[in-house]
Amino acid sequence: MSLRTRSLVLALAALLLAGAAGGYTLWAAGRRDAATAAGAGPPDAVRGPVRLGGLMFLAAGAGPDNGHVAGEAGGSRTVAPQTCARFYAAAGTAVCLRAERGAVTRYHARILDRGLRETRSVELPGVPSRARVSAAGHLVAWTVFVSGDSYLTSGMSTRTGLLDTRTGEVVQSLERFALFREGRRVEEADLNYWGVTFARDEDTFYASASTGGVVHLVRGSVSAGRMEVLRENAECPSLSPDGTRVVYKKRTGDAAGPWRLHVLELGTGGERPLAETGNVDDQAAWLDSGTVMYAKVRGDSSDVWAVPADGTGRPRLLLRDAYSPAAVEDDG
Amino acid sequence: MYLSESRVAGTPSGGAGRHLAGNVLALGTVSLLTDVSSEMVAAVLPLYLVFGLGVSTLQFGLLDGVYTGATAVLRLAGGHVADRFRRRKLVAGAGYGMSAASKLGLLAAGGSVPLIGLVIGVDRAGKGLRTAPRDAMISLSVSPESQGRAFGLHRALDTTGALLGPVAAFGVLWLAADAYDAVFVAAFCVAVLGVLVLALFVGEPRGVTSERPKVTLRAATALLGPGPFRRVLLAVVPLSLATISDGFLYLLLQRRFDIAVGWLPLFPVGVSLAYLAAAVPLGRLADRVGRGTVVAGGYLTMLACYALLLIGDGLAPLVAVLLLRGLSYAATDGVVSALAGPLLPEHQRATGLAVIQTGQALAAMAASWLFGLLWSAWGPQASVAVMAGGLAVAVAVALPPLRSRAGVP
Repeated sequence: MSLRTRSLVLALAALLLAGAAGGYTLWAAGRRDAATAAGAGPPDAVRGPVRLGGLMFLAAGAGPDNGHVAGEAGGSRTVAPQTCARFYAAAGTAVCLRAERGAVTRYHARILDRGLRETRSVELPGVPSRARVSAAGHLVAWTVFVSGDSYLTSGMSTRTGLLDTRTGEVVQSLERFALFREGRRVEEADLNYWGVTFARDEDTFYASASTGGVVHLVRGSVSAGRMEVLRENAECPSLSPDGTRVVYKKRTGDAAGPWRLHVLELGTGGERPLAETGNVDDQAAWLDSGTVMYAKVRGDSSDVWAVPADGTGRPRLLLRDAYSPAAVEDDG
Repeated sequence: MYLSESRVAGTPSGGAGRHLAGNVLALGTVSLLTDVSSEMVAAVLPLYLVFGLGVSTLQFGLLDGVYTGATAVLRLAGGHVADRFRRRKLVAGAGYGMSAASKLGLLAAGGSVPLIGLVIGVDRAGKGLRTAPRDAMISLSVSPESQGRAFGLHRALDTTGALLGPVAAFGVLWLAADAYDAVFVAAFCVAVLGVLVLALFVGEPRGVTSERPKVTLRAATALLGPGPFRRVLLAVVPLSLATISDGFLYLLLQRRFDIAVGWLPLFPVGVSLAYLAAAVPLGRLADRVGRGTVVAGGYLTMLACYALLLIGDGLAPLVAVLLLRGLSYAATDGVVSALAGPLLPEHQRATGLAVIQTGQALAAMAASWLFGLLWSAWGPQASVAVMAGGLAVAVAVALPPLRSRAGVP
């Protein structure tokens, strides 16, 4: 082939490929619009301001409500204008983890008041994964994924940060706290923390810590800046409202469904699997003192399910097209 | 001997030289397009995994070591096959093709995390397969005197692609209303264009020697015998062993200088910009003052970078660390290939380059593992000091063989 012919072939191919890429992109954009037009999601959803209280969550699904903060009471859903990637709330404080996309994507933890107005914002080092607020709304925790310089050269790690809303003090990473196992300081470079849950004393917390491929359940104190290892194989703990039990994901060794929810009695150390037999990759939240709720992926959407926290009963569908659930005590 | 062959070959001028330089530009364009494609995916993959699929991405970390090992074997095999059948372009093309196909593989994998892991493995395998034959083609396409310039140009184009990728990805994501699959399809199209540029505009370098010695495994192992190539190999592998990986470097910087996390994504951009700016000038300099000298200078630059990590304070040293890191890459990455290439007989160039790159890759992996151990035992500051000490020794040991002009064109 002459240079001219080859250039012509390349130009033609470039046009075709640009057309294919552009066409697919427009089609993908249209898909979203079609879902919007079809009004996916519960038909009785109302748009409007939402105040913290009752069952709160993020709306899911292909429709326009996806990612919006929402509340549901008596079977009717109200969808707020605020969007988040992860959400949690307690008392008068909500945390909304967001990704602002761009050539360099930036991430923030936005702290919201009862009326979902922003009171504070903290920049995060990666993709949001978990969010929690303590029962009285004083402490906020988040976990993000920090990717390596390229997915071809390294894996990913997590980073977990804390905020005290009373003082505005931020702990950028739990790695700054000291971790102890049987009285000895643990100082591995591969230490990773995720999934914080707070106790009612507004100081004690539980979290997962991994090193050397093993995930540990740890208990810590924010004021003391230290943590200790409690047991192995417990991820994303969630402490019961009365502080006596922890529900977490436990690895089952099954590649198809790697995690199953378990409950641990902190007093006796007794552990039991919950009635949800499917794979759950979420940090559970407590609906009431005897029930936990969690998100399960369904196709392009996600639903929130509830199951008794003592291993009995059966899971039931709590919220369709929803994730990041939080049961917020009503306005006092 | 082969060295004299290279030297006799060292004067392609006029039409042939110009045509062959076109090969370097074409290979650079292929790398640019492939890097745009890879970085497009890399930029959105964490978002896709966490928000699109709702999975914990940590599951990937476990396969890292396996992939690195498999890639090393594949790289050596790829280099040998490319030489043996004189099909460097075909082997490199297969590598680029695998990476292109993996972009569609991400679509096909759907929500299955193990399948996505496999697809990433295919992408890496493709990268391992293509690197040595591609560098051999660059090396064989220009005279021994212009090796530094040629590799500098190639690496500059390559880095440009890496910088453009994330911008392209978020352009697509914005147009497609957050549909990640559109990014994968666009990345696939860009990668296919790269493969087409390779097929249409890269010529299999014929080399200048007419003899075609039989390429055997025995001949490949003979490369490790005494000679200038082995001298360079033994000099550069310990240098890689004393290198702190980018991931650790950024972590150190963030801790040491206590900066807002929002700046973190800009660290690699700073390094890439310095690399991009310096790749061609340092390649030219290497051709003039000696490639070994520039490589040694590159590692001395890295040593300065470690020193700043230990004693620096404030914004200026932080920026300086990133720029020095970029400069040291520009002085070592392509220049090592430019240094080693002409020391290898034409019919074994891909194999030899594969050997040196594999040696560096395995040493870098060991360094990362070692640094992790040091960190656990003594903490970050002491670990940097140990690595700096190791690097100083490695540079001192490497300096005489690197600067030796014996047998170097």
